[in-house]
Amino acid sequence: MIHNDLNIILPEIVLSMFAMLILLIGVYRGQDKKTAILTFSTAGLMFVIGVWMIIDSSLSEAAFNNMFISDAFSRYAKALILLSSSAVLVMSLGYMLRHNLGRFEYPILIIFSVVGMMFMVSANDLMVLYLGLELQSLALYVVTSMRRESLKSTEAGMKYFVLGALSSGLLLYGASLIYGYSGSTNFQAIIASLDSSSVSLGLMFGMILLVAGLAFKISAVPFHMWTPDVYEGSPTPITAFLSTAPKIAAMALFARVVCDAFYVLIYDWQQVVAIMSVLSMFVGAIAAIGQKNIKRLMAYSSIAHMGYALIGLASGTVLGLQAMLVYMAIYVVMNIGTFAFIMSMERDGQPVTDIGSLTQLGVNQPSRALAMLVLLFSLAGVPPLVGFFGKLYVLRAAYDAGLIWLAVMGVLASVIGAYYYLRLVYLMYFGEKQDASLDVVKSPVLSGFAATAAVVMVVGIINLFGIESAANLAASSLVN
Amino acid sequence: MIGIEHYLTTASILFVIGIFGLFLNRKNVIILLMSIELMLLAVNINLVAFSSYLGDLVGQIFTLFILTVAAAEAAIGLAIIVSFFRNRGTIAVEDVNMMKG
Repeated sequence: MIHNDLNIILPEIVLSMFAMLILLIGVYRGQDKKTAILTFSTAGLMFVIGVWMIIDSSLSEAAFNNMFISDAFSRYAKALILLSSSAVLVMSLGYMLRHNLGRFEYPILIIFSVVGMMFMVSANDLMVLYLGLELQSLALYVVTSMRRESLKSTEAGMKYFVLGALSSGLLLYGASLIYGYSGSTNFQAIIASLDSSSVSLGLMFGMILLVAGLAFKISAVPFHMWTPDVYEGSPTPITAFLSTAPKIAAMALFARVVCDAFYVLIYDWQQVVAIMSVLSMFVGAIAAIGQKNIKRLMAYSSIAHMGYALIGLASGTVLGLQAMLVYMAIYVVMNIGTFAFIMSMERDGQPVTDIGSLTQLGVNQPSRALAMLVLLFSLAGVPPLVGFFGKLYVLRAAYDAGLIWLAVMGVLASVIGAYYYLRLVYLMYFGEKQDASLDVVKSPVLSGFAATAAVVMVVGIINLFGIESAANLAASSLVN
Repeated sequence: MIGIEHYLTTASILFVIGIFGLFLNRKNVIILLMSIELMLLAVNINLVAFSSYLGDLVGQIFTLFILTVAAAEAAIGLAIIVSFFRNRGTIAVEDVNMMKG
């Protein structure tokens, strides 16, 4: 019995053992001098486990009294989480070393947070959900405030901590009510105890609080206030990490909770998710217009993108979930490319995040500007780039599920949102000439990631690299 | 006779006090930590009351996990507050205002 259980959580065990091993190595040998090798080996291990998740095609298996589940859905999410974290680790190393942040704790904390995310996407019980979520968040609070001597970074960490703790408090209160009114913390037992004709008020209240806690983690409006500050304050590689892997994990957890534990109540949570989605799309699109800092701008951009992913979730169908999963994959690739570019924004050797510094980039460094142009067009959803197909996918899912008003809102918000992406393009190519322009940063890794992401945005339109079928498999393992 | 309603009412009152403490407090960040702890403990009362009401141990096990995580959370929160204090020289909530917009 226990043998089989341990086999199912083998990826998590391997990663956590590795984290403890490199913690020992870091403490006893070499301290910060070993950062580079530790980071690279971590990224390598994550990549290997990510590939393992892709080629593993076993059926769904449950472990530990049905608390932990490994199915096509969790493997899809884990593969995305592991590959994107590995990419972020590789591209952030140069930046960390250049700007005096090369501490050996960095890869270790990232691994712990990734293990937490893997537990989140595999959770089949409210207890595992909570523990995974906290493991992920606690590690993220620390990395956010990793630049100890910077006021901004510690302030970002503090805001993230306080609001994150508030959200887990709400989530827990919801979980306790669900436990009390349904008599169990297991998702299957919860759905079995539900009766769609008469739902007790306590259970409904619990579900809403749980959804609010999860919405905090994916930064959906109205629970988004922490996002811009945390994105701006934390070091850029951390911002890149925050905007990719944790978002996938929280979105996947959200999907599993509403589809596994509360599918019977679809008409109740569908409205909540749809309203959060509309608000996120519009707040993300409108509030980004006035931003001067590119990291804040990316924060609002990710709020808007979460709104689009929520459209897919609100549909509640296999097609909707499939669209959500494809959208998240596309979003992650676009964000990795864009953040690779942002990490290479430097003036006189110092990192800058002011969007005014982008002026004339199209003239001074045409190839970098071209890669950024493609990524920004894709983020805005301009056809024929991959970002457009991601949006098309979720809108079609909403249309098929009968949520036509939601699809219309999505189109309207994307028209408004296109403005601020295009403004960046305008600045790069037609901005007023300034004395101080961006340095030519010679970092083959960063340029490589930005260029690869840009190429993926163009080449991917042929067949989206076949992720559609994987997403379909994942979605149908959740909704049936 | 004290029934489950009494426990649930106490827990909900404590929880609401915790939330208000988080939002209304303008003085000290330590009070934020206390409010967070109050919220988590309200949840624990809820869970233990339900557990005894249902005759099921899961709620009490959940409580033990929450207590452990709350301790870790408080440690990290205090560490962040210390490094913020080193930079800013104060931990008043109204001084946590470098970034806005």
